Amino acid sequence: MAKIIVVTSGKGGVGKTTSSAAIGTGLALKGYKTAIIDFDIGLRNLDLIMGCERRVVYDFVNVINGEANLNQALIKDKRVEKLFILPASQTRDKDALTREGVERVLNELKDKFDFIICDSPAGIEAGAMMALYFADEAIVTTNPEVSSVRDSDRILGILQSKSKRAEDGLEPVKEHLLLTRYNPSRVAAGEMLSVEDVQEILAIDLLGVIPESTAVLNASNSGQPVVLDGESDAGQAYNDAINRLLGEIVDFRFLNVEKKGILKRIFGG
Amino acid sequence: MSEQTFELKGNLFTLSVLHLFSVDITQLRKELDEKISQAPKFFIGAPIVINLAKLHDTNVDFATLKQTLIDLQLNPVGICNGTEQQNEAAKAVKLSVLNYSKDNAKPVQPKQNNTEVVEVEKEVYLPPQIVQTTVRSGQQIYAKNRDLIVLGAVSHGAEVIADGNIHIYGTLRGRAIAGAQGYDEAAIYCQRLEAELVSINGSYWISDSLQGELWGKAAQVKQKNDSLEITALVKG
Ligand SMILES: Nc1ncnc2c1ncn2[C@@H]1O[C@H](COP(=O)(O)OP(=O)(O)O)[C@@H](O)[C@H]1O
Ligand SMILES: [Mg+2]
Repeated sequence: MAKIIVVTSGKGGVGKTTSSAAIGTGLALKGYKTAIIDFDIGLRNLDLIMGCERRVVYDFVNVINGEANLNQALIKDKRVEKLFILPASQTRDKDALTREGVERVLNELKDKFDFIICDSPAGIEAGAMMALYFADEAIVTTNPEVSSVRDSDRILGILQSKSKRAEDGLEPVKEHLLLTRYNPSRVAAGEMLSVEDVQEILAIDLLGVIPESTAVLNASNSGQPVVLDGESDAGQAYNDAINRLLGEIVDFRFLNVEKKGILKRIFGG
Repeated sequence: MSEQTFELKGNLFTLSVLHLFSVDITQLRKELDEKISQAPKFFIGAPIVINLAKLHDTNVDFATLKQTLIDLQLNPVGICNGTEQQNEAAKAVKLSVLNYSKDNAKPVQPKQNNTEVVEVEKEVYLPPQIVQTTVRSGQQIYAKNRDLIVLGAVSHGAEVIADGNIHIYGTLRGRAIAGAQGYDEAAIYCQRLEAELVSINGSYWISDSLQGELWGKAAQVKQKNDSLEITALVKG
């Protein structure tokens, strides 16, 4: 039975889709059969970041409406065995998702997969509620700034009260904090909240800290999830986060301003 | 299946209550204006209930009163504790007549006959309402007729209300309203005071007024002389 994990935030542009792609790909690389679902109906970002936009024929909404079956709509990744993407529709609006429809698709996927990653749209409206409703775990993606932390706090309240687990009185949704776009030098300058500041306010387990990195932009421009770039700081930080998600204890990296080595100082870097 | 266009549900809201001590509306306008200028954000558009308890059966010019409050960018919604006459006059200018439990206590009637009636009052203990987690932004908790204990924090944008005391073992960043039904000995206790608003029995302070010595410290908030008093939680 698959675990359903929602990647959510409240605020837009914090790195949900980047993180969904990286974590989903990382789990599949470790041998877990993984599906990433794009819940951001109308925008369709995930397929671009995964580099499979030209292979989209049917989408999530088609499956919900019974116009295609799951096997037709799931796109198998060409690089990583066991990785599948269910793209969003670009032509429909957010109301195209019904709770019954989403539940049916998730139930069908659950039997065949180990992990289902739900890439949530921003906001706290219908689309975001749909993405988190059936979740077993939530990766609350947060940037180290006040407005993003507030929105994450709001989402945590919704997970506690409006998710299926909450409504059914089951064990609560397991909450993880993923701090993204972390810029240690701006934190040191007092322009951004520190890891400790954010943890103090949100008070949930820290899954990972992803540094602000040019590797992310390069990765999304070339349609390669950033974990595939094992040399990059962001790729490594995502990999650490995935190991923690799987229960390992991993030290945190990339939290402090890197001191430039003597060679870098001479030659620039 | 036809979609319903609405649903009617009861709910609890916190409203500011204007306790009117005089019918001098000119004076009221002056004093209110001053008060509002201290925290305009808090007041603009705020729904206001006018408590007439202290006016006994004086005639009130509700039309002018209402307009005055509107001019000050408040939103008068109703009155409470009026006499029958006052209630009728208020209704005539579309102010609702609200029930307010406090101050409503009827004077005890003298016994009609000589038979001795022994009334045994059953002591009812209402255990506190306990919240095991952090109260998150957008959430509201109301502990009716009892104390509220929050083991986590109260986030910015969250609101905790109790008719009794409020104990917060984490940081209070949002709003806390104790003694909501008029219990003036209610207190708010918190491990760390960084509140947006604290209120006890209708007296409130917003964050600006709280940022003194005990900001960020363990503190208790009580009502004193119709205002608030903040003291350290741990006596050294
Ligand atoms: N760690 C990072 N470093 C630099 N840029 C990032 C990082 N994470 C995300 N971004 C950039 O931020 C933007 C928003 O990311 P995206 O994943 O689409 O956010 P969301 O899905 O939350 O709206 C994108 O341009 C992305 O490349
Ligand atoms: Mg996105």
